Order: sequence, then C-alpha cells, then structure tokens
Amino acid sequence: MRHIISILIENESGALSRVAGLFSARGYNIESLNVAITEDSSLSRMTLVTRGSEHIVEQIIKQLNKLIDVVKLIDLAESTHIERELMMVKIKTTGHTRGEIRSLAEIFRGKILDVTATTYVIEVTGPSEKLDAFVAAIAPETILEVVRSGPTGISRGEKGLSL
Amino acid sequence: MFIEVSVELSGAQILVQSLKDEGVEYIFGYPGGAVLHLYDAIFQQDAVKHILVRHEQGATHAADGYARATGKPGVVLVTSGPGATNAVTGIATAYMDSIPMVIISGQVPSPVIGSDAFQEVDMVGITRPCVKHNFLVKDVTKLAETVKKAFYVATTGRPGPVVVDIPKDITDPNIKVPYKYPKKVVMRSYNPSVNGDKEQIKKAVELLLEARKPVIYSGGGVILGEASEELTEFSRLLGYPVTNTLMGLGAYPATDKQFIGMLGMHGTYEANMAMHESDLIIAIGARFDDRVTGKLDMFCPYAKIIHIDIDPASISKTVKVDVAIVGEVKNVLEQMLGMIKDHKSKPHKKALDEWWRQIDQWRSLQCLEFDRASTLIKPQYAIEQLYAVTRGNAYVTSDVGQHQMWAAQYYHFDKPRRWINSGGLGTMGFGLPAAIGVKLAFPDADVACVTGEASIQMCIQELSTALQYKTPIKIINLNNRYMGMVRQWQEFSYESRYSHSYMDTIPEFVKLAEAYGHVGMRIDKPEEVRPALEEAFALKDRTVFLDIITDRTENVYPMIEAGKGHHDMKLRVATGTSTDRELA
Repeated sequence: MRHIISILIENESGALSRVAGLFSARGYNIESLNVAITEDSSLSRMTLVTRGSEHIVEQIIKQLNKLIDVVKLIDLAESTHIERELMMVKIKTTGHTRGEIRSLAEIFRGKILDVTATTYVIEVTGPSEKLDAFVAAIAPETILEVVRSGPTGISRGEKGLSL
Repeated sequence: MFIEVSVELSGAQILVQSLKDEGVEYIFGYPGGAVLHLYDAIFQQDAVKHILVRHEQGATHAADGYARATGKPGVVLVTSGPGATNAVTGIATAYMDSIPMVIISGQVPSPVIGSDAFQEVDMVGITRPCVKHNFLVKDVTKLAETVKKAFYVATTGRPGPVVVDIPKDITDPNIKVPYKYPKKVVMRSYNPSVNGDKEQIKKAVELLLEARKPVIYSGGGVILGEASEELTEFSRLLGYPVTNTLMGLGAYPATDKQFIGMLGMHGTYEANMAMHESDLIIAIGARFDDRVTGKLDMFCPYAKIIHIDIDPASISKTVKVDVAIVGEVKNVLEQMLGMIKDHKSKPHKKALDEWWRQIDQWRSLQCLEFDRASTLIKPQYAIEQLYAVTRGNAYVTSDVGQHQMWAAQYYHFDKPRRWINSGGLGTMGFGLPAAIGVKLAFPDADVACVTGEASIQMCIQELSTALQYKTPIKIINLNNRYMGMVRQWQEFSYESRYSHSYMDTIPEFVKLAEAYGHVGMRIDKPEEVRPALEEAFALKDRTVFLDIITDRTENVYPMIEAGKGHHDMKLRVATGTSTDRELA
C-alpha cells in the first residue's frame, strides 16, 4: 500500500542523507521525497512516499523515529489529508496545436509559464493522479521535459504535525 | 574540579577537559596529523589516561571491552583518513551489540573539507549506517555541548557508538573560547522511553500466569540494562526455565537449576526444544536474531510471545509478538514483579512440574558431552579446565568462530559482564584488544582471551600494547590449524571441500609471544592442559600465550543448520569426532 510519511527533522547538514541512507541500507523503497525548511528555521519538513506491506511500513516508521535527528513524524495515509504535487511540462507546440494545448491546460487549471515560437511551459498542481492524467492527455512525442516535485501533504483539521 | 565559566580554553583543551568532566578514565587511541593539537593537550594533563594501541581497530575493541565489562562508555581517539577508516570495524562491532562508545575522530581543517585533502575521508558519511548518531563539529563554542550530547546519546536508551568528527582548526591552540561543560542536555528529537506501558505489563502478567509451558528468553539487553538481579528474582519467583542468548550469558546464573543453557544455532538441545514446544515465550532484552530463531516460520509455533525491549524498532521486526512492552527492562521487570506478587493466581504448579519433567528428559540427552577419552586435546576440555582453574570468576573475551561457541557452552557464567564477545557483527580480532580494555578496568581480576590461531592473527599487534600498559592477560589459543567454523560448514554443506579455510604457515606462537615480551607455552597433550593453565594464572604479572594444539576435526554441536527449526538439531555422532573420516 502507498503511504505518505511526513517528517519534521532537524535542519542540519546530513539529516537528509540519514533518511535516504536508512532506506537504501534496509532495502525500503522511496517513490518520492521532498524536503524544505518550515516557518521555524531550525526544522525541515520532509514528505516521503513509500510502498510496502503493513509490516514493512511499520518498520519504516519505527526506524525513522529512531533516527536522532527526526523530531516527529506522521503517516498521512492514516487520516484524511490533502495532497499536492507541482509539475512543469515543456511541450513542443506549433500552429494549430497551440490552441488545443491551451484549452487542455485550462481544463486542468494549469498555467502557461513560458511561451516561445515552438514551446510552452505549463504548470499543473494537484494530486499526483491529476498530474498523471494531464501527461497522458498530451501526445507523447510533443513532450520535451517533465519535472515533478513529488507529493507534499498536510492533514485536514486541527490534527497535524507540529511541535 | 569543576571549571568556572570564566575560563577560556582552546578546542583541544575543551575536548580533554570535557572528557575529564564526563569522568572518563581511559582513552584508547593513535595519534596522527589531524589530532596533533588534541595529543598536545593530552600530554599536558594526567587525569585522562591515554592508551596507545598499535592499530585503530585495536583501540575500538579495547574501548568496547572496557565498556562491556564496566557498563561505562568506552572512548576512542583516532586521526582522520586511515585512522578513521581503521576504526570502522570496531564501531560497527559496538553498534551491532549496542555498546556505549564515543569515538573522537580528527578531520582535515574545515576550509579544505571536500577538497580531497591529505588523509581526508567523509567520516560522518562512512560511519552513518553503523553508529547510533554522529556529529561533525563546525564551531568550537559548540564543542563541549556536542561532547555532552555524544555521551548522552551513547549511554541512554538502547546504547550505541557515537562518532564526533572534529576538524583540525576547531582544536587550534591559539583560538580560545569560554568553557563550561553542561551538566545535562535536552534534545527535543531524542527522548528514549523508560517505563513500560502499564496496561501492556498487566496483559503480560496475565499471560505469564496462565502459561503451562513457559520459557524465559533473555538477551544482552538485560546486561546492558543492569537488570540481572531483577531477571533472577523474576525467574525464581515464577519457577520458569531460563535460556540466554549468546549476548545474554551471565544475566542469569548458568549454574542455577532453572538455567537450560544458551539457545539458537549452537544452543543446547533442551533450550531449543523448550522454545519449540513452549506455549509462552517472554523475550527480555533480546532481539530475535536469525542465529537464535532458526527458520522464522518454524519459530515457536505454539507460543504466545511477550517482548520487553527499550527499542521500539526491535519489536515485531522479524517475529510478530502478542504483547509488546517498550521500556527499560529493569523498570519493567520491577513493575512485573510487583504485579505478580500481588496477583491472586499463581503459576500452574502441576503443569509446571510436568513441563520440567519434559525438560529434564531433553537434558538427559547430555547434548554437550564429548569424547573424554581422546588422546588429542578436545577444545571443550580446554574450556572446562579454564573454567575450573579460574573457578568461574574470570572475565572471558573471545574472538569469533568455533572457540567462541565452545567458550559460550563450557564456561558457565554466573555473573553479568563477564562474557565479552562480538555477537552481532562476529568480528575476528576482537578478543585480544577487548581483553586489554577489561584488564585496565579490573587490574586484579583474571582475564582470559579465548581465541583461535586464525582470529588471534587479526589483531596480534596488540600484544605490544599489553606489554606497554602491563595488562597481564591469558591468551587461550585453541589451535586447530583451521578456520574451524568455516571448515565445519564446508564439511557439512560443501562435501568437505576445504576452500581456503586452513592455516598452512602458522607462526610459532611461543616465540612470537616471547618476541613481544610475554610468556609463551605450547600444550599438546590433554594431561598438560590443567597444569599449564594453573601455571599461567599463577603468573599474575605476565601476559601468557597458551598455544593449545587441539583436535583439528572437532565440530561444534549441537547445531541448527541453515533453514531448520529449533526442533531439528544436528547432534553429535558416535564418539564426538568429526563426521569427516578423511580428516581423522
């Protein structure tokens, strides 16, 4: 099953490699991982997507908690939460396809960030499946580049991950 | 003496003063470029004694042996680059057995980190997977606090090694800053749990008192958690059989009638059969290691399992447990003792009598018997004699292999912290330096290093350290001219194709011992073993190397082979020699 683990970690050099190293050393799988500073400059927040049996995910969470730099973590998949991922796609587009791509971007509430005579860069934000769907809707031979942030997530309501 | 806030010290002085304030007695180390400032500061004081080893691996094992014997953290000091990498094996050894250690490594000066400078290695990166935590000190004003944190992390919760990597410029004698060693540190991200959950403990007590075929399975955590007394009281109160892991030997007195021996791959028949047939296992400070469980899907098929451990990640890692209690074993056992005493029901007397009858029947097989009529020295006999001559009171360190198993099987440890071996990582070369560390901690105690002619050569250079610091230890070299355990596996699983498991040119250990300034003895007849041991231990102020020429065909029995369950043990055949006729 897919799990989104959200981690508050000391904002120190090497903290990210402790997490990444744990996953490779114990043979756990990372689908995506992103990390950035929070409102408190001493803390980073990391969102990590992994897949595994309940037993494996339980071990992942215990092992992450055991890392001295990890302050707190939650498994977002356990409660209702919001998930967002950001994607930028560079598309080769000329003549009659330009209108088509524009309206497709509109359907997905995408934004055109850059325009040249032959290309568009489109930003799409949303749950990962929506991003997948957008990519699937574009003719593959016209896609020049895809860059995705990996999902970040936050739980709904008062419950959440804070100190 | 506590130094006041107003004092200004250099980084090098801060480190040494911090160790002093931490109560450190010994540092095991080896100098080099990146730690020259530190060594200069060490030179100018004598509160913290430095033990100069001959190889950094020796420093880590000696500090480790000191830590295992005393319960206090071992301290290591090495230089950058090769000094640091040489220490890695010893750090990993301590990590696998959860031994508290603080390793100070020198690093190239901060401005050149990352430039492939002379003797530069990413020590924090290299040790990350084999330390509990590590630090790179970037600011001299944070040095004292970092040292305090290192000791705090190393010694609390599930203990382990902590590396503090210090760039050379941090210890610059010309840069002085105010020094104050913190009395305590608080880390928001590290709060090891101490007390077990009361409800879980209650559930465990109910299960314990309902059990009809219970087994107490205890491990190294009981020794690390100083809970041997509680374990003994707990076990006696219930009257249940006790088995120890290799790391747990000594936590419960081996000569007690409730002790059914070590369990696992080379455990006793009675311990493994009891595990297999039991209806309730209580695992105390043990981690269900693969050498203990055998094949997982055949592990304790009829038992409910209670597990007490300080480390939540140890719980249900390989074996799913029914009741998990996270906390210090000492506290949890104390709470359990109270509840059991106040409980209205008592252990099932009748069921327990029946269970003990069954266990005694397994015991009557005498799985550890060996050929006592042999004209060759049986290694088991040598250990039995070592036990007799030292009256079971010695500290025994070991290397890794057959001799390690024989020491575990035939030296009966009645006290904790007397059996000092590399259980998790299985590091050959551990025994000799570890024995030096133990002897420094307990100069009046008998310290024996049980080893083999292969293992001893992995850190033999430390014989020189033993002379320099006058640590008279007795080296019991069970010399069978083979890497015995490798040979045994090749005999059993590879049709006796002894691929590179022999020792063709073995040094003359007697001469070697003498060259290092010690006493050497060669023993090749069974009747010489006892007198030689007596003579060796009577030489109180000399290190003695006993080169004991043993039966090279002997195997360690009983044995659970790979992929088998506890009930499926390979027992000794006929008169106890190897099944391999070619060798005999």
